Amino acid sequence: MIHILRKLSRDLPAMLGLGIVLFVLVLAILGPLLAPYPEDAAASHLTRRLRPPSAAYPFGTDNLGRDIFSRVILGARGALSIALTVVSTAMLIGVPLGLIAGYRGGWVSEGIMRVTDVVLAIPQLVLALALAQLMSPSLESAMLALSLTYWPFFTRIVYAETRRLSASLFVDALRGIGAGTSRIVFLHILPNALSPVIVRATIGLGFTILVAAVLGFLGMGATPPAPDWGLAIAESRTYLPRAWWYATFPGLAILITVMGFNLLGDGLRDIVDPRIRRSR
Amino acid sequence: MMPVLSVRGLKVSIRTDEGMAEILDDVGLELERGRILGVVGESGCGKSTLIRAIMGILPRGATIDRGEVWFEGENLLAFSEAELNDQVRSSRIGFIPQDPLLALNPVFKVGTQMLEVMRWHAPDAKDPTGPRGGARRKAHVARLVGLLRRMQVPDPETALERYPHQFSGGQRQRLLIAAALACAPGLVIADEPTTALDVTTQHQILLLLRELVAEFGISLMFVTHDFGVVAELCDDLCVIYAGQTVEKGPVQAILEAPSHPYTRALLACHPDRATTFLGIPGSVPSPLARPPGCLFAPRCTDARTLCLAGRPPQGLAPSGAEVRCVQFA
Amino acid sequence: MSPVPILAVRDLSVRLGGRKGFLQRTILPVQAVKQVSLDLRAGEILSLVGESGCGKTTLGRTILGLQRESAGEILLEGRTVSGLAPEAARRARSIVQYAHQDAGAALDPWWSIGRTLEEGLLIHGVRNASERRDRVAAMLQAVGLDATSARRYPHEFSGGQLRRLALARILLLQPRVLILDEPTSGLDMSVQATVLNLLLELRERFALTYLFISHDLSVVERLSDRVAIMYLGRIVESGPAKQVFAQPTHPYTRTLLAAAPRLTGRRASGPSLVRGDPPNPTLVLPGCAFFDRCPVAMPVCQEAPPRLEPVAPGHDVACYGAFIEQTASIGAKRRA
Repeated sequence: MIHILRKLSRDLPAMLGLGIVLFVLVLAILGPLLAPYPEDAAASHLTRRLRPPSAAYPFGTDNLGRDIFSRVILGARGALSIALTVVSTAMLIGVPLGLIAGYRGGWVSEGIMRVTDVVLAIPQLVLALALAQLMSPSLESAMLALSLTYWPFFTRIVYAETRRLSASLFVDALRGIGAGTSRIVFLHILPNALSPVIVRATIGLGFTILVAAVLGFLGMGATPPAPDWGLAIAESRTYLPRAWWYATFPGLAILITVMGFNLLGDGLRDIVDPRIRRSR
Repeated sequence: MMPVLSVRGLKVSIRTDEGMAEILDDVGLELERGRILGVVGESGCGKSTLIRAIMGILPRGATIDRGEVWFEGENLLAFSEAELNDQVRSSRIGFIPQDPLLALNPVFKVGTQMLEVMRWHAPDAKDPTGPRGGARRKAHVARLVGLLRRMQVPDPETALERYPHQFSGGQRQRLLIAAALACAPGLVIADEPTTALDVTTQHQILLLLRELVAEFGISLMFVTHDFGVVAELCDDLCVIYAGQTVEKGPVQAILEAPSHPYTRALLACHPDRATTFLGIPGSVPSPLARPPGCLFAPRCTDARTLCLAGRPPQGLAPSGAEVRCVQFA
Repeated sequence: MSPVPILAVRDLSVRLGGRKGFLQRTILPVQAVKQVSLDLRAGEILSLVGESGCGKTTLGRTILGLQRESAGEILLEGRTVSGLAPEAARRARSIVQYAHQDAGAALDPWWSIGRTLEEGLLIHGVRNASERRDRVAAMLQAVGLDATSARRYPHEFSGGQLRRLALARILLLQPRVLILDEPTSGLDMSVQATVLNLLLELRERFALTYLFISHDLSVVERLSDRVAIMYLGRIVESGPAKQVFAQPTHPYTRTLLAAAPRLTGRRASGPSLVRGDPPNPTLVLPGCAFFDRCPVAMPVCQEAPPRLEPVAPGHDVACYGAFIEQTASIGAKRRA
């Protein structure tokens, strides 16, 4: 663990990513305390509509007179919770399937992997749109759709790692001393397979935030008056280009957050890459 | 007669996370024309760094602090990277690697890989009067096929058109020996070329190398950890311990009467000689903190106070070997 | 010496791999071990010698129960333990343990040594944590390692230390038979000597029997009581080590002995006994597998594989030539 942190600290982009991620995390946890106008999550002030950025409203105000700075801060919690829910649901589905398919072999494994391939072939956004149409446009259906399309990434990774690990000597040695299947799979293979999963999850968090914003923009995700970044951009369209600040700051929030997760994910990948791990 | 290769007082350090590691402390060896020199040492003694220093392929962060590497009358350490590439590596010094599978690119035909090297390094590569273009390539193919036939590679004519995975381990090693000889070098350096092979294949390769040395007029530096292979193949022997040459001389003399306490202890570990399996107590001193005095003294059964005073000088043992030990100073 | 061997193998055959493809390429199975019979007597060291691909490791893994036999019997102290499903087989054979060739790779890199060593005890039902710790500490000492090693991780150990750890790990399970797969390969000479010394010491101390898998003839000659030479899945010669090394009878044994580099140095150069490459294990030959490399091959050798027959008490050879030679010499003696 210490070894990983030390290596990470030498990787400047990854440290930048880590900084952004931690910053967004703080915003998400302490959002209502940090935002200058926490009540602007729902309230509207028609007297101060569409004010440009100023000292009182650093990012300006929107069409309902709400402080965009506050709403960007308040939006972090929504974005992060969508991302975390989606990625953890996807992991809960994908990781066990990958373990089973990798360790068992035979038709069970074939079946799981072919289904995985089929789901992998469905474009994520298209399925999400279809599901949102089928149910009702809401955050829940967006999250469900994203989870249902993201798990195959984890299955594939865990499958490949499990295949490699179950052929490895230390698993062979464990069988030799009489270890049972569940002990081998959960106590030995899973922890060893976890590092690429964590990398994938980190990148997945950023990706999910982006797709969730797109869904919000299309009106398939968060519903007004939630302080959602994607939704804010959608609402701003009528007032562009005059109220440039309305779309710019939520957009920057999305850009920086996604970039943060991707930089961190790339940095982690470099560290856990087996080729690099071996040369320590 | 002047030796083909002569390394004198070579000291190489490599910068690591934990500080400067003195991988080679003081290595000296001579390889006479037409002879086979075995370089023996245990893992971590600096064998591969020695090879890299001679061929000028030391890793980044490595510095040559002291010493000379003379090859056919020229000091290689004075050569620039471009000169080494142009005039020495592959063309005058051939190399046989330890793992034939790692040394061949799996996506190219073996012929393509070997001819590419010959295109730049064969003796006629820079000869303006000789054949050019297709004719020269044909000459190279002919030479390679001849070499492969000599190496007893089955179907040498079609072998060049095949991929590395289509050969067995022993055949791949034969291919690489042919590749090392392709540009007619005067010196061939082999880095444990038989460790990955089976006993019978190893035996065949060793016999082949012996014949080739006489036939092609090359000199061979054979790096290994296996005294049995040395006894079988080599004329001269150089034992390295912790980056120092501790004993060098004719193989027969050293095997019959090892003089340096390390050589004695190591040979006593060989199952053919061991009376009881005791090993050598202690471990090799870390290259990060070499102790003063004789590097073997902490593990030596005959160590005296004199041994701790300073690095012992080279002396001549009754067997005729040059030994780095106060007993013979 | 007890009359019942501690481990007996009867006509054991093992088929490896093979896949009948639906939507997949069909891969033919490899007959890795063919009708092998072995007796391991309590307390002895039997060496299994052969080149890569000869089936010696497969044989070891099958005896352990990691690989299923396709035919034949395995008996432990006279009890049949073959014909079981893999996990049941491992339980029935827990007095047999196996040390991998690559000791470092046989350890989970994420687990500390202490945890790894205790795991074996836990699997074998030692519930008391302090008892486990004490036994691990004692065993680490027995293999010559510091008790603090328990806190460290596999990558912090040297090759020789890893071999010791591997031994400690299996010895904690109180086995009686150890299958040692190339226990000294890749080790430096000085370290190899200490590991061999440890093996001999442990055998005394824990009353162990070794099945020693190796290709290093120098080590085998020094260490073993008996040897069995394997070629392409079959045992071609077996007998007391002294006798086999003094009078190698099968042409393959002679080839191996001639090829092994020995400290005695270069032998008088003559035509080399060693011909051809080690064979491809997927080949199916009707006759003797060594036929195409054999310097004394006869037409009969191509018809059926020769069976192991005694040439001296306890010394068996599977070669038609050996018996012709023997009969000839007997005949010569009679005539004389």
